[in-house]
Amino acid sequence: MHAPATLRLLRKGRKSTDSSQSRTWNVVLDGEVTATIAPEQTLDLTLDPGRHTLRVHSTALLVSPEVAFDVLEGETVGYTCRPRSPSPVIANRWLFWLIASLLRRGLWIGLEVDDTLVPTDQLRPAVASATLSAPVRAVLAASSATPRPSKGDAALVVEHLTKQFGARTAFSDVSFDVGYGEVFGFLGPNGAGKTTTVRTLGTLINPTSGSATVAGITLSPENGVAIREKIAIMPEAPGLYLRLSVKENLAFFAGLYGIRHADQRIDAALDAVNLRDRANDLCGGLSKGLRQRVGLARTLLSDPAIMFLDEPTSGLDPVASVEVHNLIIGLRAKGVTIFLTTHRLDEAEKLCDRVAIMNTKLRTVGTIDALREQLFKRSIAIKTVAPLADAQRLFSGIASVESWTSEEPGSYLLTVEDPAVAAPEVTRALVGAGADVLSVGESLHSLEDVYLELIAEDSGDAA
Amino acid sequence: MGRVRAVVRKELMEYRRKRSIVVTMLVVPVIFLIEPVVIIFVAPLTGSSATLEKSVMVPILYLLLIAVIAPSTLAAYSVVGEREQGTLEPLLTTPLRQQEFVLGKAAAMMIPSVAIAYAVYAVFLSCAALFAHRDIADAIFHDGPTLLTLFLFTPLVAGLAVVVGMAVSVRASEVRVAQQLGTLATFPVIGVIILFIGGVIHPTFAAAIEFALGLLVIDALALRLVSRLFNRERLVAGAKASRQD
Repeated sequence: MHAPATLRLLRKGRKSTDSSQSRTWNVVLDGEVTATIAPEQTLDLTLDPGRHTLRVHSTALLVSPEVAFDVLEGETVGYTCRPRSPSPVIANRWLFWLIASLLRRGLWIGLEVDDTLVPTDQLRPAVASATLSAPVRAVLAASSATPRPSKGDAALVVEHLTKQFGARTAFSDVSFDVGYGEVFGFLGPNGAGKTTTVRTLGTLINPTSGSATVAGITLSPENGVAIREKIAIMPEAPGLYLRLSVKENLAFFAGLYGIRHADQRIDAALDAVNLRDRANDLCGGLSKGLRQRVGLARTLLSDPAIMFLDEPTSGLDPVASVEVHNLIIGLRAKGVTIFLTTHRLDEAEKLCDRVAIMNTKLRTVGTIDALREQLFKRSIAIKTVAPLADAQRLFSGIASVESWTSEEPGSYLLTVEDPAVAAPEVTRALVGAGADVLSVGESLHSLEDVYLELIAEDSGDAA
Repeated sequence: MGRVRAVVRKELMEYRRKRSIVVTMLVVPVIFLIEPVVIIFVAPLTGSSATLEKSVMVPILYLLLIAVIAPSTLAAYSVVGEREQGTLEPLLTTPLRQQEFVLGKAAAMMIPSVAIAYAVYAVFLSCAALFAHRDIADAIFHDGPTLLTLFLFTPLVAGLAVVVGMAVSVRASEVRVAQQLGTLATFPVIGVIILFIGGVIHPTFAAAIEFALGLLVIDALALRLVSRLFNRERLVAGAKASRQD
């Protein structure tokens, strides 16, 4: 037996002499009018746990955008609806109707998540990390207390997503999921479809087929605004207004996200990328690396649930790169999902919980360790002072050694089933043969090896 | 409206910082002011009052072109320019709706254009009141319908120029092409002026209000059309990519 969930809806906005403001509004839950709500009324609706859609409308012309939300057993979800402020130029009613009918109707009633309506014991605490640097702590401290789904829930679910531009396939049949609080590396050669995938998930491009949910919202043109409110994308080129200062650029974007107390957020974002002292500089006067940092600060402004970062350390010096890495680690600790597109495999290896390797099609997804095991047999690397007299006879006599190679004198790579079993046997055999051993250890393949192996396979297939 | 306000504020800030925009927006109206001022000083005083009124109507309506030409360059640049400088994609990744983008850009272009046009009218009327022959000044100030047309039409024709320019800018592949095609925005307004001057439309209060309402509807429909033309995919992935879809 499921414990029911609750939708708590508050209608804000003073009672007005204007009848359109004071009449009751219909609450449309999952496509059906379920209740009505009067000004200043708070309404509790009982729901089954799961996914629901909500919108509010007064007449055919005054409607809110439709929002989708997930609710768990016994959980309360809070929303506030309110009339948008009418423009002072709307002098009379018929003109208002004319403009309302010409513009998108969803502009006229706002519908927003309101955590103040949720009992405090139901708010999920944000993950804190004591190991974060001061600038990272600054930006995390300035972020809102918006509860995020638990780590492990899916922030991104992509199923058989395909995008074609006429005969050209940008990417095809891509499926993966990314959890909240995960750093997900998206790797691939130029033209592999990485940027197009990001643009598709960011609602800039419509997929040709397949489906996806982004931050729990179904990917569709109708949900574009709702999705973009929950994500931030940093394109490879930061795209700043060069005649505006750093702060003016950020203030503009803060306005687009409707951020309250924008100055605090801007200062915190600038602190996080160490640019506070350049806040009043024109962006046109900044170096490429500094512009990149401003672009990164911009993505931090809106406290997004998912951040898509395209080459975030491109053009940064090593110190700044480390700061960005620390920032990413801090954001992950807070439950932010990072979708990292990068060509720097060392960066991906250092930061990513899992990686996907794309080459128009998705070649593989997994943790780096799992990919190593999937692609390469395990091996032991041996170095001796002098080359072995008869390496073939020595290694073929050890049961746990499957095969061996030597690329240079005194250096041997042995393929084994289990290095923990093989290494002692090999060491004993080497000592028994009178070899002077410099080192014996497991040889780990880097992410670069994994990447090159997969891309080489594709080249071979193409040939 | 917060996002529209943010776009307007940013646009106005950028205009102020770009000297070529400031110079163009100030110099063009002054050039357009010269001819009407000269006309009211050299207009023949012989003939009937109707002839006199007609001869002053031409320079007054000619001033309407200021409201069209001032924002047309800005409108042509508005979308394709953002695209060329790489700022469009970050903008499109925000919750900004296409209608809000178009509305914000259009408002930002109209505010200085209309303000400058009204300032130029004020200068023109001041010149007429202070320096023109009394009969000419009387003809101008007693020609209520033409003055009403001028003041009522100014924001409407500016709006039309802006949306036509933006429509071109949304579809254009580069700024230069957009600016060349943007001159199309002046054609409908020149047409309206010719209709008034040619006597096809008689400048009466009723005609001014009817045509203003007509222009308002055309502006609103054109604004809606531009919002629909605003295709994120085409703007981000390129014209060819979208066309192939």
